[in-house]
Amino acid sequence: MATTLAVLLLADSRLPNGGHAHSGGVEMAVETGLLSTVDDLALFLRGRLRTAAPVLAAFSAAAALPIDDWPAWDRALSARTPSAALRTASRSQGAALLRTVAGMWPLPGGLLALGKPHQPLVLGAAARAAGGDAGDAALLAVHHLMGGACSAAVRLLGLDPLAVAAVQATLDVAQIARDAVVAAEIAVDAQDPSSLSAVSGPMTELLAAAHAHQEVTLFAS
Amino acid sequence: MHREEIQTLVPAGRPRGRALRIGIGGPVGGGKTALVAALCRALADELSLAVVTNDIYTTEDADFLRRNGVLADERIRAVRTGCCPHTAIRDDITANLDEVEDLERLHDPDLVLVESGGDNLTATFSYGLIDKQIFVVDVAGGDKVPRKGGPGVTRSDLLVINKIDLAELVGADLDVMRGDASAQRGERPFVLISLRADGGVAPVVAWVRTSLDAHRA
Repeated sequence: MATTLAVLLLADSRLPNGGHAHSGGVEMAVETGLLSTVDDLALFLRGRLRTAAPVLAAFSAAAALPIDDWPAWDRALSARTPSAALRTASRSQGAALLRTVAGMWPLPGGLLALGKPHQPLVLGAAARAAGGDAGDAALLAVHHLMGGACSAAVRLLGLDPLAVAAVQATLDVAQIARDAVVAAEIAVDAQDPSSLSAVSGPMTELLAAAHAHQEVTLFAS
Repeated sequence: MHREEIQTLVPAGRPRGRALRIGIGGPVGGGKTALVAALCRALADELSLAVVTNDIYTTEDADFLRRNGVLADERIRAVRTGCCPHTAIRDDITANLDEVEDLERLHDPDLVLVESGGDNLTATFSYGLIDKQIFVVDVAGGDKVPRKGGPGVTRSDLLVINKIDLAELVGADLDVMRGDASAQRGERPFVLISLRADGGVAPVVAWVRTSLDAHRA
């Protein structure tokens, strides 16, 4: 794998991608008292690595492979996101990223036609357009899942950003990305997303729904 | 290779409607929301308007505008900024662009006002989001604010110094503010107003009309 500079752009939170306004579930976890320290954050991240990460990474990896029927993959990801609030959050970040990357590289027409696709599909397609492979796409999905939560925790709780960075460095994401690529290759060969992981964390889904009904929130999700 | 066609590069930037987009920024409590409300009241009869607010905590500003009945509900949108109001108007404008374009598609307005969340003297709008920007500061924040400068004070298209009715009460010298604003801004316009006074918004309305004429030309 020869990662290109263009792929690194996609990993950079300074690229306008709409992500800064989303906490990845951290805001409600803080609000409900479930998350208040760096150790709590580490546990929260490990939970996300076991639940959301394999799903998002697999869809991102698939989008970096030759997909024909984009709406089918988009629907399949919706089906794996029980909370309406999280589906909205995923689509609004997908639209934001699409707006940016559509001006950077040529993208598949079927993806553009979706209007507001789920974020992992845009990320994977952009990774491919940037010269990256399915492995890059899977890593990028996990990177943003972790990074968004960490950045929100620092802003909301005033956690030591150096301590949070140290936690991020210990996260073992390589195997998740490798597994996601294998799963994505099988699914894309069959042109059928149904074999992809459908793991989900009930607490995250519930907190996201609660977040959407809060009167006072700083983050969009 | 993808089996389907790869779309050619779409031009970066936005599909341009005919609306003039004006950003309204400035520190907390200076009168941004009051200015938006006053502009809506003054212009609603002659122009089709829409507003996007960027609240820090809630939909407070949007709710204020709705409560005051200055604009129909469906013409007001609120964006949440994730503890980072300046990011949403400058570095990552995607969420605001989504709302502005939605409003333009639905209502074809003449004028879209984008109100920033209250921030600091360095928080200004990206011109990828708006065409013109107004920076609002107030007399009660101290008469040294114009001298402190910063991108909002020096480079905004219009600097509004609000609450001149409070000058005496807070010991602020309006001549000092006028002199400093002029020194900081060169040819760029600024106005000293009180939004609480009858017709206090008139100088800003005049500037908006001029900007609109230039935008349409």
